[in-house]
Amino acid sequence: MTHSTKEISQDDGLNQATIETNEDNESNHNSTEHAHSPVLTLDYWFSSKFNFIRATGMVLAVTMVLLLISGVFLLMYYQPNINTAFDSVNYTIMTEVEFGWLWRHIHSVAGSVGFMILYIHMFVTIYEGHYKKGGRETLWMSGTFLLIAYSLESFSGYMLPWGQMSYWAGSVITNLFAGGSLHLDGLVQWVRGDYVMAQAYLNRFFMLHVVVVPGVIIGLLVWHFPPKYTSVKKGGSKLSAFAKNFYSKDIMLISMYLVFFFYLVFFNYGFSMETTNFEIVDGLKTPAHIYPEWYFLWSYELLRPFPIDLGLIVFGISQIIFFFVPALDRSPNAVDASRRGLFKYWFWLLLIDMIVLTFLGKLPPTGMYQVTGLIASLVFCALWMALPVITKFEKKV
Amino acid sequence: MENYSRRGFIGKAVGAVAAVGAIASLTAMKKTWDPLASTKAAGFTTLDMSIYKEGEMAVEKWRGKPIFVLKQTSEMLKTLTAKQKERIVMVGDEGFLINIGICTHLGCIPAYRSQSEDFLCPCHGGMYDHSGDVIKDPPPRGFDIPPFKIDGKKLVLGEEGPEYRKMKNNGITL
Repeated sequence: MTHSTKEISQDDGLNQATIETNEDNESNHNSTEHAHSPVLTLDYWFSSKFNFIRATGMVLAVTMVLLLISGVFLLMYYQPNINTAFDSVNYTIMTEVEFGWLWRHIHSVAGSVGFMILYIHMFVTIYEGHYKKGGRETLWMSGTFLLIAYSLESFSGYMLPWGQMSYWAGSVITNLFAGGSLHLDGLVQWVRGDYVMAQAYLNRFFMLHVVVVPGVIIGLLVWHFPPKYTSVKKGGSKLSAFAKNFYSKDIMLISMYLVFFFYLVFFNYGFSMETTNFEIVDGLKTPAHIYPEWYFLWSYELLRPFPIDLGLIVFGISQIIFFFVPALDRSPNAVDASRRGLFKYWFWLLLIDMIVLTFLGKLPPTGMYQVTGLIASLVFCALWMALPVITKFEKKV
Repeated sequence: MENYSRRGFIGKAVGAVAAVGAIASLTAMKKTWDPLASTKAAGFTTLDMSIYKEGEMAVEKWRGKPIFVLKQTSEMLKTLTAKQKERIVMVGDEGFLINIGICTHLGCIPAYRSQSEDFLCPCHGGMYDHSGDVIKDPPPRGFDIPPFKIDGKKLVLGEEGPEYRKMKNNGITL
């Protein structure tokens, strides 16, 4: 028990659960005395209430592996050429290559579901205050870098089928580099490698998607892989106990996730593929409805209610603001939001606001939607400005 | 004990599902590596045998390889031994050399010399006569003959006809 008290002080967020774990382990120990040494069970400190929310990290790692494997097989037939890219995906891979559809569905579903898990992973960390104390600030920062890298990976991959949505989403995003009234048209051309989005553009985004960004993501993952997994050993415990108690649950949750994942891959992949993107690029005709994939909708909505320059500033800040959470949170408490006074309301307001922004991002910006969009965007800005203030006056738990 | 047998069962169940999944995935991966149906379908070349002139070498392409087509003159046919004659593809009463134009030594493409009516490989000096049989080392055997099927005045490369099978059984070609 003494040992676990030490663990509590290291990780306030888990203390409730840690105590329960020890109780569990003691009864476990009594009934299976001969099975294994008591040291192994006592020093095991993972929460016995280990559930999906705490497994999101490993689930994300599995998703990344799925993306990598499916990506390798897509790479065998994809052609980064503006004349052949569309057919190499929609004809060759989807109809000619045996199981080509499988790799494509895995790739697109994993890309989309990965974002969902990533957002859950991030918001749970915010809720539990796990981004501070004990050197976890750097862990949090590597996580926000991963969010940015994953977004870039997702965007660059979206260009590759060279459909209408690829082209026009790419057009809108690269135009952001003009910086509104700064009119940095030269920068936009530099990003595109041409006056319009053509071969040079497709080739460089292909390069980014398959070489540079995956490399960055793998590097960041090595940095990000939680020291939690090794700190168990530090407590004197051995991997066997860790394996039985932690990994068995982890593997079970991953298995359940995979059942859900492959259900989507085989029967419900449509949500991850935009109908408009099954039309070949026409650089002279913008489709009627242009919107990003669901995971970018909240930041896309932040662009819309404001004049161009203000919108760009808000959008730019929103892309990097999560990086600064450990700095903006001035309170010393690293505990669940439910125990933290005003921060509790801040957390839920932010989550709801971002969900509202996500829904509005897909709706036309007219009438009520326009007004709601403006309010939600202003709330988003106000929440981030309020964070240092409300946390400064927070009482120490 | 009950707990442990249950855990053991779950472990085995997970392992079994994972094994089935792994085998299924490997099957899909293997099949993705297979040549495409369109590639395989493009593996047939039809030659119109009526267009070739006697004693003139023509090079056709079949599955990315050079195919030597040499319509034999009557003098050429007379000089051939019975064994060499077996290498000749008869379309009607016309005899053709139809060979994969790759030296059986190390894969270079020999050149036809019309005056001496033979083939000389530039890489190591191997020589073949006008039936494609080897006449000077180092090549271990005569030119290989592509699978063919005679269809009237036409010849389909890539398909095995009875004439080709006979050649294969007699050891004329590999």
